[in-house]
Amino acid sequence: MPKFSKSPWVMHYDGSSCNGCDIEVLASLTPLYDIERFGVVNTGDPRHADILLITGGINYHNESVVRQIFEQMPEPKVVVAVGICACSGGVFRDCYNIKGGVDTTIPVDVYVPGCAARPESIIDGLVQALDVLEKKSAASAALSEGESNAQQS
Amino acid sequence: MIYLYRTLSMLAYVLLAPLVGGFLAGLDRKLSARMQGRMGPPLLQPFYDLAKLFKKQVLAVSRYQFMMVASFLAMVIGTGALFFGGFDLLLVFFVLTTACMFFVLAATVTNSPYAELGAQRELIQMLSYEPMILLTAVGFYMANGSFRGVDVFYTDEPAIVRLPGVFLGLLFILTIKFRKSPFDLSTSHHAHQELVKGVTTEFSGVLMGMVELAHWYENVFLLGLVALFFVSSAWWSGLLAVGAVLLVWFLEVLIDNTSARVKWNHMLRSAWIVTAVCGGGNLLVLEIIRMLF
Repeated sequence: MPKFSKSPWVMHYDGSSCNGCDIEVLASLTPLYDIERFGVVNTGDPRHADILLITGGINYHNESVVRQIFEQMPEPKVVVAVGICACSGGVFRDCYNIKGGVDTTIPVDVYVPGCAARPESIIDGLVQALDVLEKKSAASAALSEGESNAQQS
Repeated sequence: MIYLYRTLSMLAYVLLAPLVGGFLAGLDRKLSARMQGRMGPPLLQPFYDLAKLFKKQVLAVSRYQFMMVASFLAMVIGTGALFFGGFDLLLVFFVLTTACMFFVLAATVTNSPYAELGAQRELIQMLSYEPMILLTAVGFYMANGSFRGVDVFYTDEPAIVRLPGVFLGLLFILTIKFRKSPFDLSTSHHAHQELVKGVTTEFSGVLMGMVELAHWYENVFLLGLVALFFVSSAWWSGLLAVGAVLLVWFLEVLIDNTSARVKWNHMLRSAWIVTAVCGGGNLLVLEIIRMLF
């Protein structure tokens, strides 16, 4: 069977990003970087996605949205925070409306720093996310195997 | 002997169509990438995608979802099997329509607004292409004197000689059936669209995998329909058919990459005009010739 990580479908959500990182995310799909080489598909549907890629910090308005998108994704799933705002809140971290980085709301697996994060580092982060995805899928396979064994016995 | 060949052909379709369909899908993505100046994913990428979808968790929104999607897949396989078995074209097309209805139902049982809107668009797409599909069956009857697909092997000349207009009309609606731009209204293979993923929004894991698989089966069947126009009793007609199928596939990818999505009323209008002018006109001319000679 081919590996799980050979087909990562990415869902991109813009938290409260200034669009700098978003443009770099889209740049990763262009001919120069062509992230589809790794089988990455940019999908708009959480039900189809394996990787949730978030740019920008979390504010009190989009907190519930981010949580809902995360819950709508089927297991195994990986979260990648792109840009310093998504990692920690960045320069906006003390603003009255900003809660902080993505990890204040949902568990983050890979942090990609930068302002704006370069396409090279975004690709690097996604490739690291593939390893996490593979580990999680192995873990969930072992878990479901254990469950079925428990049911049988 | 002919029954043995027909059975073997059906069997070959059921077993090999996923391989051919998946390979064509991979070729599509590679070709699209090259047209955009990119490297593109590996040729076997659609198979990796399918394997992943079958392994992912299923978040079923409705208990009827699985039944509807499984029925859709089964009916699509049935459509292609009947077609490659050389059965009545009308029967083939009616089974195809039933399959599409199951697809629409699978989306509507979820109650998701995006999936429902996608399902409505899927119905409009069906409304657009169905007349041309029926005219194709009628055209084959007028050209060969029989609705049965297998009878093309007893004709002296390929059907394309008598049905060029019907073929053009079918080419036009094939873009709708292949879910290619400019007619990928109900769901699209490309990233951004206004309806999330339209009719497939609520399908996760194995549900989406079955939809993809059905899509591959359907594509092989549709390309078989293209080949039917070029097959005759002559041995070389097979080569002609393969060439035509590859050319049509390339054209579909080219159109997909060079056109933007249209509104539904534009699709409906243009599909019906093309059906009436190319398909209807062709049949009218055939009838006039038959009456004169």
